Amino acid sequence: MSLLIKNAKIVNADQMHEQPQDILLERGKIVKIAPSIKAENVKIIDATGKIVVPGLVDIHVHFREPGREDKETIESGSKSAAKGGFTTVMCMPNTCPVIDNEMIVGAIINEAKRVGLVNVIPIGAITRGQKDGELTDMFELKKAGCLALSDDGKSVNNSRVMRLAMEYADMVGLLLIEHCQDPLLTSCGVMNEGLNSTLLGIKGDPGIAESVIVARDIELAHYLNTRVHLAHMSLKRSVELIRFAKSQGIKVTAEVCPHHFTLTDDAVKDFDTKAKVNPPLRTKEDIEALKQGLKDGTIDCIVTDHAPHTEEDKDVSFDQAPFGLIGLETSVGLTMSELVHKGVLTLPQLVEKMSAAPARIVGLKSKGWIKEGFDADITIIDPNKEWVFEKDEIVSKSKNSPFIGRKMKGRVDLTIYSGRVVYECLK
Amino acid sequence: MSEWTKHNLIDLKDLTKEEIELILDTAKSFKEISTRDVKKVPTLRGKTVVMLFFESSTRTRLSFELAAKRLSADTLSVAASSSSMTKGESILDTARNIEAMNVDMIVVRHKSSGVPNILADGLKASVINAGDGCRAHPTQALLDIFTIRERFGKVAGLNVGIVGDILHSRVARSNIWGLKTMGAHITVCGPSTLMPRGIEQLGVKVSHNIDEVIASSDALMLLRLQQERQEDKFLPSTREYAKVFGVNRAKLKNAKKHLLIMHPGPTNRGVELSSDVADGEFSVILSQVTNGVAIRMAILYLLLGTKDKLELEGKI
Repeated sequence: MSLLIKNAKIVNADQMHEQPQDILLERGKIVKIAPSIKAENVKIIDATGKIVVPGLVDIHVHFREPGREDKETIESGSKSAAKGGFTTVMCMPNTCPVIDNEMIVGAIINEAKRVGLVNVIPIGAITRGQKDGELTDMFELKKAGCLALSDDGKSVNNSRVMRLAMEYADMVGLLLIEHCQDPLLTSCGVMNEGLNSTLLGIKGDPGIAESVIVARDIELAHYLNTRVHLAHMSLKRSVELIRFAKSQGIKVTAEVCPHHFTLTDDAVKDFDTKAKVNPPLRTKEDIEALKQGLKDGTIDCIVTDHAPHTEEDKDVSFDQAPFGLIGLETSVGLTMSELVHKGVLTLPQLVEKMSAAPARIVGLKSKGWIKEGFDADITIIDPNKEWVFEKDEIVSKSKNSPFIGRKMKGRVDLTIYSGRVVYECLK
Repeated sequence: MSEWTKHNLIDLKDLTKEEIELILDTAKSFKEISTRDVKKVPTLRGKTVVMLFFESSTRTRLSFELAAKRLSADTLSVAASSSSMTKGESILDTARNIEAMNVDMIVVRHKSSGVPNILADGLKASVINAGDGCRAHPTQALLDIFTIRERFGKVAGLNVGIVGDILHSRVARSNIWGLKTMGAHITVCGPSTLMPRGIEQLGVKVSHNIDEVIASSDALMLLRLQQERQEDKFLPSTREYAKVFGVNRAKLKNAKKHLLIMHPGPTNRGVELSSDVADGEFSVILSQVTNGVAIRMAILYLLLGTKDKLELEGKI
């Protein structure tokens, strides 16, 4: 059935339409936007008092299927994404087996279609088995449906391999997403190196482990004149390096996660493994730099790095616990609370960072905007709704979030994917 | 005298000056018991104390066992290699199973920082941290402070040097907390590659000059240079470390007459200290070991006393 959204205060990346509009969705497309639309045989959604934004795009999630379906599946991850207002997610290839061939890519796309809640696009590995050696068959991965490649979870450490990957991927037309972290500098560090790691007696991960790879990849992108996208930036120095690179016209883009602009390493003070994440939570100074980077365009987009882990896996000593936290269901709440309501970003800038920019970066041409002819992927947000993130309301299979019990302002009320309501908040 | 209210001892960071003084005073009165012909009092008769050691230890485990036995508590030791942890059981499950046999106290040592917190949060039994990762070793620091106070009659205002691998040392961290609380001035000294980041923010001086630290110190704690650090390439060589940071008789020529040379053991003779220093007139290394039993008796007594009280009041 067709959908008609009435009284929609539309926010696109370039502007907020003060005058409410009606939006008619048919056969998965936005067919008409006008001040008042009359249509028969449609389901009507009244958006009075809400904001209506293009479906959110998260180009960095972990869905754990295949291999660790006890943590998350494509189905449970899709539900979590829909609840968070996301209509397109790109899942990282560090599954078991690794997403490094067309068979696995195809299997994931088929399963996501069967689930049918959101658009799931697998990210292929850069190197076979993510082993930092041979390149994957990139033409084949692209043909199977990949838009981007990454060895996320770790860097491509071998600089020559990264050079070859950048040259080859550029020819194929795939984006490379780099997890920036020199493992020799990280050594066995599991939290930010600083006073807190010293106090806790936990091995520190120095920020330079990230920034030296940022600098290396910027140099490679400059030399080869190719693109590179830098994942989950956590550091002031990284922001400064990217700002410099962009000023030189180097084709680098970058992303940041809500937890990195919300929490400092104080969050792990009582050995809370739910706040153990890679890259680690850093300092106030880094948070300010990340916010500034988002504001001035140095950082292009916001991603969740949604990383589900079971309670059993997290319920061990801090050094033994796996890295990562779930993020799909808190991303809008945190971004609204920490950035929009605190005056760092405007609503159109939020739409840019969470929908238009990520869609553009990976080359999704009919997503990221509410415009006639674009895909009928739409998210309705109640911008001033105050709510508390409760553990028993989490729909992800995993509950590993340091934000449980946190009060937020701004909540997803409804998610439409391909012209169908895939999530509706009934509270 | 202040009242003791805690039933766990995890980190000296959590203790006030009054609480530390109470432990030291209690230990002082217990010390004499170990010199008696019959080295036993009935204070903790009927209590059960389990040593859960996931890391090797001779001195600390023995010291805890003797302390418990001299107070008439029953003790048991579980070594990591023989525990069901090797069969995949989680540490909290292991500890809960031990507790289910009506154990009053668990003394735990583990290579991971924070493990004693996991046990303290999940158990009713009292938990004592006998060393966790690089983070804390509170009973060692307390016996060190006891030894210093015993010799000088005070701790406040004294200059204490801590020398060696500060980065990986839980002994150094606990001593920094305890000694700062007691009003001592602390200088940490060691190679720059073994100095943790941000340490100066704890209010300690950082030095790389052992001669200066020796000259200004009233007490000097030498830490064991763990052999694996050299394999991790933190240092050019053990030989160079011994030459530059090792303490020998010649280096002590400008030392204060009353300087105490301390070491938590086990010592690497010829590396962090020479034999003539380890066995010389400045050394109080064996006094530390003796005092360790008294300190642990005091802690067992205070913690189990609180536990009984809390149980009586229905709070745990």
